[in-house]
Amino acid sequence: MDVKVELPVTEKAKISVRNLNFYYGSFHALKRINLDIPDKKVTAFIGPSGCGKSTLLRTFNRMFELYPEQRAEGEILVDGENILKSKQDVSLVRAKIGMVFQKPTPFPMSIYDNIAFGVRLFETLPRVEMDERVEWALKKAALWNEVKDKLNQSGSGLSGGQQQRLCIARGIAIKPEVLLLDEPCSALDPISTGKIEELIHELKTDYTVVIVTHNMQQAARCSDYTAYMYLGDLIEFGVTSDLFMKPKKKDTEDYITGRFG
Amino acid sequence: MTDKHLSTQFDTELSGISTRVLEMGGLVESQVAQAVYALTNFSGDIASDVLRNEERVNAMEMEIDRDLSSIIARRQPTARDLRLLIAISKTIANLERVGDEAARIARTVQRLINTGVSSRLRLPVNDLAFEAELAVAQLRKALDAFARLDTSKALEVLKQDDQIDQEFDGLMRKLITYMMEDPRTISSSIDLVFVAKAIERVGDHAKNLAEVIIYVVMGTDVRHNTVETVESMVVR
Repeated sequence: MDVKVELPVTEKAKISVRNLNFYYGSFHALKRINLDIPDKKVTAFIGPSGCGKSTLLRTFNRMFELYPEQRAEGEILVDGENILKSKQDVSLVRAKIGMVFQKPTPFPMSIYDNIAFGVRLFETLPRVEMDERVEWALKKAALWNEVKDKLNQSGSGLSGGQQQRLCIARGIAIKPEVLLLDEPCSALDPISTGKIEELIHELKTDYTVVIVTHNMQQAARCSDYTAYMYLGDLIEFGVTSDLFMKPKKKDTEDYITGRFG
Repeated sequence: MTDKHLSTQFDTELSGISTRVLEMGGLVESQVAQAVYALTNFSGDIASDVLRNEERVNAMEMEIDRDLSSIIARRQPTARDLRLLIAISKTIANLERVGDEAARIARTVQRLINTGVSSRLRLPVNDLAFEAELAVAQLRKALDAFARLDTSKALEVLKQDDQIDQEFDGLMRKLITYMMEDPRTISSSIDLVFVAKAIERVGDHAKNLAEVIIYVVMGTDVRHNTVETVESMVVR
């Protein structure tokens, strides 16, 4: 299905998806997706389970390459460079395009090292600068005040919401350009969810954020652009407030108003 | 709104609130008709009925408003569901104002009867009755259009608003003539000017309802446009 994907002229595309097809073995999971993800904005992917929204997200940092039977065809241009064809080391792609998963995944190490670990892979910083980086990332992730007195304690001792913010801090510590969030709040309580959404809002001044969510209200609350997907097709993409007030496609309307199924 | 939600409870709530808007509309429509009947027949009893029923109109507006808030809080509606609820909020505010106009006419009737002018002076109340018929018909048509979410009917309401305005202008000229010919009619003629204005306002409210219906169906805000522009938006 071909969907008009033009961004408003005021927006610059950070990621451009061109004729992307994706296969799990013989299963055709994404069908000719064309989409521009605007720079320094929050873009949400919504759709019922199995529609391909997480699959699409995982192509943006070549996460799917961990599985041999999965393949992507087409182009994913990040700042004009096709990362699917790129000779670039995949870990550098992932340093530029960070990802946070549904379930918080703190490393089994101290809060401090959780942040410092990724930074050490790419940079050699003197101790003082590393301390600054850790503090910066934790502040950015709105976690600093809660953990500043226990940086040497294990990250797994934190609450679910704190662990998730720790993962976001870890993601931004290496200063990526894009942050991919795959259902970041689905395991969290409303207050932690509120904090993460607040954080997403803060992050977009510096990063391009793409969030996959089952929670339509969450997409409505925290995104600037929304893409609705169904059965591997991109059905509609547009400014979030337009899509939730006056969707162009009846399929989108049926889904967001709960008439689906 | 033929398609069903996954939540049948939500469907029940939406259709329930729409039904009550139509009930309120029916009551308000009869309020205007009764108030004008009270005027043409100088019936104090009917005018009193209208004023009594005005309280019911107000109560209905508040009840529907309360339920609207509750649905929005619990269901977090989007797209056309959200547009429908916003539209209902505007519709009942307009209907309540129509109720106020009916009450205004009823009070004028009581005043005219109390001052005893009705028996002494011949007033052009039948012309007012004609203007009122047009306005009530507009209101009924707008409510019909709401019930069916029918944009072409809503467009008809917008197109016909001119007729009431012309009738109002004609009435003004006539009342001025009355006042010039017989200065004893000035006081009661001025009362009738206000009645004519109240009826003209009923027509305006019907027009507002029609615009809101187009918003529900198409998601386009057509207020403050000429009828021709609105027509080109609706008929595509």
